[in-house]
Amino acid sequence: MPALEVIDLATRFRTDDGVVRAVAGVSFSVDKAGTLGVVGESGSGKSVTFLTVMGLLDARQAEASGSVLLHGEEMLGASQSRLRQIRGAKIGMIFQDPMTSLNPVKTIGWQLEEAALIHQDITRKEARRQAVQILKEVEIPFAEQRVRDYPHQFSGGMRQRVMIAMALINNPEILIADEPTTALDVTTQAQILRLMKRLQEEHGMAIVMITHDLGVVAELADDVIVMYGGRVVEQAKVDDLFVKPEMPYTWGLLGSLPRLAAPGGRLAQIPGQPPSLLHPPPGCPFNPRCEFVMDICRVELPELELSPVGVEHRFRCHLDAEARERIWNAKKAGMVSEDAA
Amino acid sequence: MTQFLIRRIFWAIFLFFVATIITYLIFWVIPADPAALAAGKAATPADVARVRHFLHLDDPIWRQYLRFLWNLVGHQSLGRSFVNRQSVNHTIGQDAPVTASLVFGGAIFWLSLSIPVGILSALRPRSILDRVSMTFVLIGISAHPVWIGLLLSYFIGFRLHLTPIAGYCNFFTGSPGAQCGGPVQWAYHMILPWITFMILFAALYVRLVRASVMETMAEDYVRTARAKGASQSRVMIQHVLRNSLLPVVTILGMDLGLALGGAIFTETIFNLPGLGQQVITAYNFDDLPMITGIVVFATICVIIFNLIVDITYGFLDPRIRPS
Repeated sequence: MPALEVIDLATRFRTDDGVVRAVAGVSFSVDKAGTLGVVGESGSGKSVTFLTVMGLLDARQAEASGSVLLHGEEMLGASQSRLRQIRGAKIGMIFQDPMTSLNPVKTIGWQLEEAALIHQDITRKEARRQAVQILKEVEIPFAEQRVRDYPHQFSGGMRQRVMIAMALINNPEILIADEPTTALDVTTQAQILRLMKRLQEEHGMAIVMITHDLGVVAELADDVIVMYGGRVVEQAKVDDLFVKPEMPYTWGLLGSLPRLAAPGGRLAQIPGQPPSLLHPPPGCPFNPRCEFVMDICRVELPELELSPVGVEHRFRCHLDAEARERIWNAKKAGMVSEDAA
Repeated sequence: MTQFLIRRIFWAIFLFFVATIITYLIFWVIPADPAALAAGKAATPADVARVRHFLHLDDPIWRQYLRFLWNLVGHQSLGRSFVNRQSVNHTIGQDAPVTASLVFGGAIFWLSLSIPVGILSALRPRSILDRVSMTFVLIGISAHPVWIGLLLSYFIGFRLHLTPIAGYCNFFTGSPGAQCGGPVQWAYHMILPWITFMILFAALYVRLVRASVMETMAEDYVRTARAKGASQSRVMIQHVLRNSLLPVVTILGMDLGLALGGAIFTETIFNLPGLGQQVITAYNFDDLPMITGIVVFATICVIIFNLIVDITYGFLDPRIRPS
């Protein structure tokens, strides 16, 4: 049984302008101790998907349907008290901006202890011991002294380590990381990713890595889902996705990666804007920006057959196999020739 | 910390000069003849001239200012009233406790109303409570203290006989010249003024608290706390409240300092012998030493309360705590 299974999850926000379908029927699963990369640009619904999974959206504004199974237990519609037991204990979550994600008026020791004390029946002294222990695990030097410091006394990378420590202090089975490296500089990014990898090996938790950085996915993930316009548009094992992506949006994503070997030229980009979630285009959500668009794409949403992520390569596209093969080979050749030039 | 205090004290001295010089300049610019007022209606021009000389009003204004400074620095004296020759220090010492009763008591009233209402409104925006309190806020902001005071005095005091219509009782019994005294009588007489203050200020503070709490609840670290599994009450008490009360502390400090300089309207309506009434009287008689004295006192209050705010801030927010 996978650690987390999400089936046909949809999240709608009621706004003054109408209903925004931020997530429009998403299914995937996260294996025990595996790493799922969730890729997509801003507004693709990747963060909202996992805020819904955590039950962190304001129930007065957001409405969710579908199913979220944590070890077979339904979380969607579970009571708030049950959700509180799960949050922080079974699922830890870290966020994009470590500069604003810690309470500025509490010491980091206090904030770590709080996480432990909420879920474990222990004394404050024991909580402090655990806090120091976990800070050592995330490689914060002088952990015994630093628990008394406030967040503003830490650098961005150190704060993200504190966030990771806080998410892991109760030994959760799943760590959801919502763009954990986006706000950090490149060398710090690499350190944080390496740290997460090591902690995963030691703690054996599953990681969901939400990101728009394909480099992060290549580094860390086992399986990948690509999200666009509130839907999963492609899912595969990480190697398969990079070797043979099957639909135009993923081609565009891979094509827009900067390559060191191709200096000078303009960075490729996907033309147009992400789709409006208030008035989504009919048919395939990517059709207004797709260079291979056909008539059917404007009418009919391509199916995505349900299957566990990583078992079979799945995608949404009306192009036939022969056309996809031909186009990808041509694109790949283009990238290679650019690299060679 | 000492460096911080030294900077503050220099700033206070600078403010003191600015405030007193402006008071003297205004007095010099306006067409006033305090000597004639002080001499009385029956005085001859010669009497008025004598009074003018006696009060040093025939000196140039800068010399009057220097004399004021000399008295203050050399004798810790704010001078004597032009009108009744009473020591200004003594008068302020008598009137300030009345104003302080009004302001601090009122502050307790308005805070104990506006903090809970503001928080509840923020927790349930657009709810019935939120709408009712926002309507109340609108009334409180729009209404004039004189109107509120008169209505309260008429209905609750005059019609319902629940409270005195006006007047003041000393907190301590046995003060000379007092008709009544003791904490109970004091509070009984202060209820309506406090409620007037509460309506005026609670309106602003409900809005302030509501906006601040809502802003804090949208902070990333509040989401972090909820992701840790913290309960709603824990999130509110440990993560939202302290952060959201920071701006409230700032505004409260400024309001208290300002109000101590004289709550003119409320004191006038309820006939409270505080600084606000005193300053009106002094103004009517062009009583420069009294006006300057009250300005100095108000300035000191504002400065002290700003200092208290800064120190409190240091306790509440580690980011600006001088290490």
